[in-house]
Amino acid sequence: MSSFSQALWVLLLGGLLGFELIGKVPPTLHTPLMSGANAISGITVLASLTLIAQADGNPALLVLGAASLAFALFNVIGGFVVTDRMLAMFGPKSSSRKPSSSQP
Amino acid sequence: MTTTSVLSYAIDLVAVLLLALGLKGLSKVRSARAANGLAALAMGLAVVGLLLQQQLSPQAWLWIAAGSAIGGLAGLLMAQRVPMTAMPETVALFNGCGGMASLLVAVAVALFQSGGAAAADGAAAQGAGDLVSLISIVISVFVGAITFSGSIVAMGKLQGWIETPGWTQSQLRHGVNISLAAMALVAGVLLIGDPSGLPLWLLVGASTLLGIGVTLPIGGADMPVVISLLNSYSGVAAAAAGFVVGSQLLIVAGAMVGAAGLILTQVMCTAMNRSLVSVLFGGALGAAGGGHVGGGGDEAGYSRITSCSAEECAMALETAERVVFVPGYGLAVAQAQHTLRELAKLLEANGAEVSYAIHPVAGRMPGHMNVLLAEADVPYEQLIEMDSINPEFPRTDVVIVLGANDVVNPDAKSDPTSPLFGMPVLEVDQARQVFVVKRSLGAGYAGIKNALFELPQTAMVFGDAKAVLAGLVSELRELGVGKKTPAAV
Repeated sequence: MSSFSQALWVLLLGGLLGFELIGKVPPTLHTPLMSGANAISGITVLASLTLIAQADGNPALLVLGAASLAFALFNVIGGFVVTDRMLAMFGPKSSSRKPSSSQP
Repeated sequence: MTTTSVLSYAIDLVAVLLLALGLKGLSKVRSARAANGLAALAMGLAVVGLLLQQQLSPQAWLWIAAGSAIGGLAGLLMAQRVPMTAMPETVALFNGCGGMASLLVAVAVALFQSGGAAAADGAAAQGAGDLVSLISIVISVFVGAITFSGSIVAMGKLQGWIETPGWTQSQLRHGVNISLAAMALVAGVLLIGDPSGLPLWLLVGASTLLGIGVTLPIGGADMPVVISLLNSYSGVAAAAAGFVVGSQLLIVAGAMVGAAGLILTQVMCTAMNRSLVSVLFGGALGAAGGGHVGGGGDEAGYSRITSCSAEECAMALETAERVVFVPGYGLAVAQAQHTLRELAKLLEANGAEVSYAIHPVAGRMPGHMNVLLAEADVPYEQLIEMDSINPEFPRTDVVIVLGANDVVNPDAKSDPTSPLFGMPVLEVDQARQVFVVKRSLGAGYAGIKNALFELPQTAMVFGDAKAVLAGLVSELRELGVGKKTPAAV
């Protein structure tokens, strides 16, 4: 990070962008959107990876980093897959897409 | 600036752009699925960009591979196997793990390299950078721990593992929570002087307990709002972790998700006619209310109840020209959406016009019922939203309420003393005949008595939604429905 104030600008603009991105959401999409946004919040993987990269051979840091990476990836991969499963059923011709969704 | 760093900056920018587009696309039905893929792609790009930037030792690669394999596989398996009905608690679990990840990063940095991470990027202003990174650690631990414990409690409540303990409904809980928050604040301030000592653990403990203390008193009906809010928190925790490790991409993405989650929470609150403040601090809906509470789920509160068998209900359905189903939580629990679709097909073959009235918060989370019915191949056009279907009820012959309760309570319109007063409801009491399929007369999710059950045109069909629907299907077949005009199918 080149400077703290720059990071604050990034925080501010990112927040404003988030407020603007979601305006009117049809109720149908509340659940998938929540799940998708949840997957994106697993972006913490970047922090976990940075931690491991800069661990400098410290075993405790490596273990903590790997543990946090596992938690974050659980969030990311699980989140995106589950969201896709839900949205696959909203397709315009849901019957033709049926075989692709994982039906028990 | 080397070529790799220019490349990784470019990748970061593209990733942010794609994440923003993905989030935007997720709020429109047509683009949602593609947008989800786009966001996943952006996430992959961001990871590649980061790995390019860092010089990784073989040892680091090994640990990355181990962490990825465990977390990734677990996430994949869970996501593919979990039934659609369990979606709210699954999202809660994923979300809690995201919070845990931010918490672990912050704890690790606090313990072993406080201030070092920001400096490792080189350009950070050392003096201020130190304080900034310590404050970021405090925020990341605090929000991460609340997100984790709050989400786990939310999951436990939705799964029915955790009840709402009585003491959490008393005013005492505010005292407990305020003390915990104060303890976390003190620990946070102390941590700045001593990053790796006792204050850190005090902060972790107080924040975790606070997450439990804040979530536990909230009733199951409001849980979706809580999950959405915790989702917003996990964005904030990610942004804080971005300050801790010095990643602008993390800051921007975290802030974006945090803000978007807040908006979504607000949208959900509006749909449920609840204010965020009353969800968070009001305790379980109905539990603290006046004489209107249905006595905690016993049947003594009702008189003038008519109950009927599946056979009588089937006879009414046979002659009905216009049938509206009101699916709710009970349908989701009974996994009866496929049987419902079967019944609807049968009625359509009989010439009836069938539609589904979807309350904004039907199911266990806003939009959840749409997912469940889509899974059962119910045509999208038959799912009618509340505002469009309410004027249609007076010309509807039969309404079948399947495990929904509070969303059809007429008191919400007519009785100012009801805790539900003002909540938009489906006006099924306007229909000619109403059948309520319910397991018992126990109070609804919100614990409030339902005046609909006592209306003269209402009959209760007691039983599990799936069993009753299957009974209706076989009764109708015995009456010859579906055989008369097979061409109409």
